[in-house]
Amino acid sequence: MVDKASIVLASGTVDKLMAGSIIVSGAVANEMEVNVFVTFWALMEMRKNAGENTKLGVEGKGMEKQLFSIMKEKKVPSWKDTLKQAMEVGDVHVYGCAMFADLMGIGKDDLDPMIEEVIGVSQFVDMAKDSKMTLFI
Amino acid sequence: MAEEIKPDKVVDARGSFCPGPLMEMIKAYKQAKIGDVISVYSTDSGTKKDATAWINKSGNQLIGVFDRNGYYEIEMKKVK
Repeated sequence: MVDKASIVLASGTVDKLMAGSIIVSGAVANEMEVNVFVTFWALMEMRKNAGENTKLGVEGKGMEKQLFSIMKEKKVPSWKDTLKQAMEVGDVHVYGCAMFADLMGIGKDDLDPMIEEVIGVSQFVDMAKDSKMTLFI
Repeated sequence: MAEEIKPDKVVDARGSFCPGPLMEMIKAYKQAKIGDVISVYSTDSGTKKDATAWINKSGNQLIGVFDRNGYYEIEMKKVK
């Protein structure tokens, strides 16, 4: 049986989302099946109308302008593009969190097509319980 | 390491950052036929380790890592 990785994306800042999507790629390179559960601020960033994300976590406060200009200059792909590429190459499934979607009135149609389905926590835990790697980011 | 061979497919991932070159290499590998030689050009230092580890772990053949002017080339042969 193929090894599984389960990743919760909860933070909506670029540093965390980039780390998450790069780790998804690493899991794909290790031939793992990856299930990603997107909730809270990460789900807000998965809305089609989210706009450009230029937020960093607390440690990056004040660094936004510098970091984003370096990233632009070096043509670093966005976290969404990195995640999309991982989905093209490997067995990656991305799910939205039903609880937070309901809370904020977000429907599946409001979300990026990368989100395969909006599911409940129990369904995600069922996928995650026999994983080799589980991360909350 | 064997002599370098003319590749069937070149993946020019110069300027692309981790994990870009590795993912592009895996994509090319999946599209290739058994026996095909794939070359990846990269300027990303992590890729040298990641890509060679992937080639060995996946049971394929690493032909070599060649230093070029300002970038390096990883050459592999798809054997499975």
